[in-house]
Amino acid sequence: MQSKDFLRRLPEHGSPVTQQIRVWQAIHLDGPLLFGLTLLIIIGLFVLYSAANEDMQVVTKQASRIGVGFTVMIVLAQIPPYAYRRWTPWLYCMGIMLLIAVLVTGIDAKGAQRWIAVPGFPRFQPAELMKLAVPMMMSWYLADRTLPPAIRPILASLVMIACPAVLIATQPDLGTSILISCSGIIVLLMAGLAFRYILAGVALAIPAGSALWMTMHDYQRGRVLTFLDPLREPLGAGWNIIQSKTAIGSGGLTGKGWLNGTQSHLDFLPESSTDFVIAVLAEEFGFFGVFGLLIVYAAVVCRGLYIGVQAQDTYNRLLAGSIILTFFVYIFVNIGMVTGILPVVGVPLPMVSFGGTSIVTLMAGFGILMSIHTHRKLVSG
Amino acid sequence: MGKPVTLKDHYNEARIYTNRTWLALFVVFVLIFTLIGRIGYLQIFEYDTHITKSDQNRINVQAIPPTRGLIYDRSGILLADNRPNYSVSIIKERVDDIDQTIDEVSAILTLTTSDIERFKKRLKRRRRPYEGIPLRFNLSEEEIARVAVNQHQLPGVEIEADLVRHYPLKHIAAHTIGYVARINQKDEQRIDANRYAGTHHIGKIGIERYYEDHLHGEVGVQKVETNARGRILSVLERTDPTPGQDLHLYMDIPTQIAATASLTNRRGAIVAIDPTTGGILAFVSTPAYNPNLFVTGIDHKSYNALNQSLDRPLFNRTIQGQYPPGSTIKPFVGLAGLDYEVTSWDFSILDPGFYRLDNDRHQYRDWKKWGHGKVNLVTAIRQSCDTFFYDMSYKLGIDNLHDFMAPFGFGRKTDIDIGNEQTGLLPSKAWKRRRYDLPWFPGETLIAGIGQGFMLATPLQLAVATANLANRGHLIKPKLASTQSRTKEEHRSVDTPKLEKDNLQNNELKTGTENQVSDDMSDNVIAHESKSILGQTDSGEKRTLENVTLSEEENWQLMFDAMESVVHHPKGTARKIGIDSKYRIAGKTGTAQVLGIKQDEAYDAEKIDERYRDHALFIGFAPADNPQIAVAVIVENGGGGGSTAAPIARIVMDSYLHNTWQKEHTQKEIKEDAVASVKNQ
Repeated sequence: MQSKDFLRRLPEHGSPVTQQIRVWQAIHLDGPLLFGLTLLIIIGLFVLYSAANEDMQVVTKQASRIGVGFTVMIVLAQIPPYAYRRWTPWLYCMGIMLLIAVLVTGIDAKGAQRWIAVPGFPRFQPAELMKLAVPMMMSWYLADRTLPPAIRPILASLVMIACPAVLIATQPDLGTSILISCSGIIVLLMAGLAFRYILAGVALAIPAGSALWMTMHDYQRGRVLTFLDPLREPLGAGWNIIQSKTAIGSGGLTGKGWLNGTQSHLDFLPESSTDFVIAVLAEEFGFFGVFGLLIVYAAVVCRGLYIGVQAQDTYNRLLAGSIILTFFVYIFVNIGMVTGILPVVGVPLPMVSFGGTSIVTLMAGFGILMSIHTHRKLVSG
Repeated sequence: MGKPVTLKDHYNEARIYTNRTWLALFVVFVLIFTLIGRIGYLQIFEYDTHITKSDQNRINVQAIPPTRGLIYDRSGILLADNRPNYSVSIIKERVDDIDQTIDEVSAILTLTTSDIERFKKRLKRRRRPYEGIPLRFNLSEEEIARVAVNQHQLPGVEIEADLVRHYPLKHIAAHTIGYVARINQKDEQRIDANRYAGTHHIGKIGIERYYEDHLHGEVGVQKVETNARGRILSVLERTDPTPGQDLHLYMDIPTQIAATASLTNRRGAIVAIDPTTGGILAFVSTPAYNPNLFVTGIDHKSYNALNQSLDRPLFNRTIQGQYPPGSTIKPFVGLAGLDYEVTSWDFSILDPGFYRLDNDRHQYRDWKKWGHGKVNLVTAIRQSCDTFFYDMSYKLGIDNLHDFMAPFGFGRKTDIDIGNEQTGLLPSKAWKRRRYDLPWFPGETLIAGIGQGFMLATPLQLAVATANLANRGHLIKPKLASTQSRTKEEHRSVDTPKLEKDNLQNNELKTGTENQVSDDMSDNVIAHESKSILGQTDSGEKRTLENVTLSEEENWQLMFDAMESVVHHPKGTARKIGIDSKYRIAGKTGTAQVLGIKQDEAYDAEKIDERYRDHALFIGFAPADNPQIAVAVIVENGGGGGSTAAPIARIVMDSYLHNTWQKEHTQKEIKEDAVASVKNQ
């Protein structure tokens, strides 16, 4: 039944389109995705050059990281999906062990233990590994279950999400912990989690949240309130939001022009090259600039969702869906935070923000997506 | 599950997934339009507001530091004050070449290499943009003028005005009050960075540190519009800082001054306590230092001089100095002997000048080589007979001695409201087993009975124990800061100049003099103060203090009489101070060995290096029939307790009882006198 679909989609042998597809298939890359990502990276480097006060060194550093990211993506795209499926449980277990190791022996950076140093390797954050390992594990687990999932697999899945989430939250890195939980929950949702469970989950969260609130100390409540409303603390997190809103708002429709953003260039905007980079883009390129960027993001997300639908087994489908939707969650949370409609969580803007680890993880995810798309059997034998 | 295992339906799963993908796509587009809507709202609808803020003016959020609470003594004499201090600082964002700017500044002002070094250190620390980094403090009027004249050539160089702590009494009570100094990286870890956003100084030691939260206050915030060069155009929003609360000490400054003077240049400590309240009346550790040196940063040379001095001026002897208490513990040991019924007031021994245990050839010697002859408990206290106490403590045993003395405050922290307190040492069999894994030897009990050997006490512990004794076992907790609220007039008698450094950017040096505490504000402060105090005493009393009761209540009075005879009997060891005293003093002298004297050697002060001479000690309270002050005095290597320490205690008691206590109960003149005397300085 499925083969019929593919046969219909394939034009006759020898036509230029078929040949093109064959080339992409042979090198295991996806053209549209690659095009979208390249566009994002180019936009990102231009904005970064301005955000970093025209410091070419920052741009070349970021470019070299993107080079590493591309290499990782291309290598991962060559590995067939069944291999990922086989490695999934091992990868997940290794990730959990590394997270425990990081709590015991981790390197202290900026007051949080996130890094681990293995001699001979560059130091890395196990939490980054979990960004991929959690959706993979969930897909692996649910792919062997009857879908939509029954209550027992759902509970088992929640435990599998909670383990890394709690370990990462104790580092402490609440933002990453929430995002990793999101990526796992997305798998559950894409697997067809019944609406009554979704509603029950929401209904349970309210009394659980209020019970937690009642048991909290005043200072803890204060922290939660500041997290939800940074303007409560105008010298801390609120300062960033006040400045970023002014930066975005003053961009207007067309922006102040590249390299002319006063907020960022006069150092009013903090973290202008990392988490708050969208404010620089909005200030310098205006509403049209942001709109354009969002269109490119939307196109990449649509292509990712299409790859998920086209995937040939449940594991691949779920994994593809989770990778691309998590990508979107990053975009939404980052822009939502910078524009002041979401709490301040340290989430970089995918493909644009300055920072090595996040870009490599993202590219690795796209590598897996491409692998899923290009290792399909196009013609059923 | 009872259900049979269902087979996987691949077609159905693909269908579910596709449906969910459509749903996801829908959600994605809703969220994207939310973002577009939000950005459109900011960039199109609110454009005018934001472009005004950003284009002509720039919004800046500034912290307004609170004014630190003042510290007063019991009668309102100011001990810690805030004074305006002008410093020159550099705003990094407005300077192209920092090194060149420093060179230019050093052409107008004298900058030492350590100024520049410290500036570079501060430069590396995290801070908000457009926050000035101080380069030099304590500018004189002339220097301010010189910078102001050259201002146009020095963009990014600013004069900032700060309220800086000042200790008008300098070295008097320096160890007690402590000092504030610039916040360093170590401090940054223990404070809330936002609460200290505008504050440059923090309590480092002493009262200033212990009551940091009380004194600091809450930071204020103002949102200001500045032009491109950082000049403030207008204040948009302002939350005033809450000034820190004032603190009143129990300390009586005239007594403190008299006590400090009485130690002259010797190393020593004096603690005087009001036994009725536990309030510390005098807290002296000499030599002391000038705390003002630390406030704006002490230079290496002066610091090393203080730190490496053999006299250790930075060391707070009252709570950190642990000394063998010597014979000053004999009244306590005597009460223990009476309470455990190993002695009585009628019991007497014949003292040959030494004591010997049955199966031991070692001679435990009395300080009087030829012995005291026939002694009972009263004469043993009066003349400080060691042999009598060797005998009694041997019968008593170390653990009974330990159990009886522990409640008086020996061997544990007194929990006074100042940090870095030492515990002293009250030995017991269990302690020795734990510490050295060795059994207790009977000989060690003998020397513990005269306050030597393992036994150690801080001057504060001795004073607290004396106060507890004077209280007939009603235990007190020593407190430096008074907790009662003051009347409004008393609350802030000295106007503090209010200075906001933020208003003083761009060199517009204005000195506001408006009083920062409005009347209703000080009411709040008082209410808050008394509330927090209730909490403190509640928890404090519950924890340890359980009063000492004797089996024979009259033993208190009999022991007081014995101690009175130390001072007022013609044969008492402190008889010199009793001769012309207008009130009766109960006391006990002590002379603690620093150097072990060999069996066949005699102690000869002349032959021994000054630093190995005996410590002179004295404890006492007065008036003996109605104790108002309990004093402990230690003079390091001072020689005899009766000749050196007792006269000092007398000076302290005189100062408090003749001047302060009597006058406080007759007229209030002293307060005005003292305030005037300090103001004149």
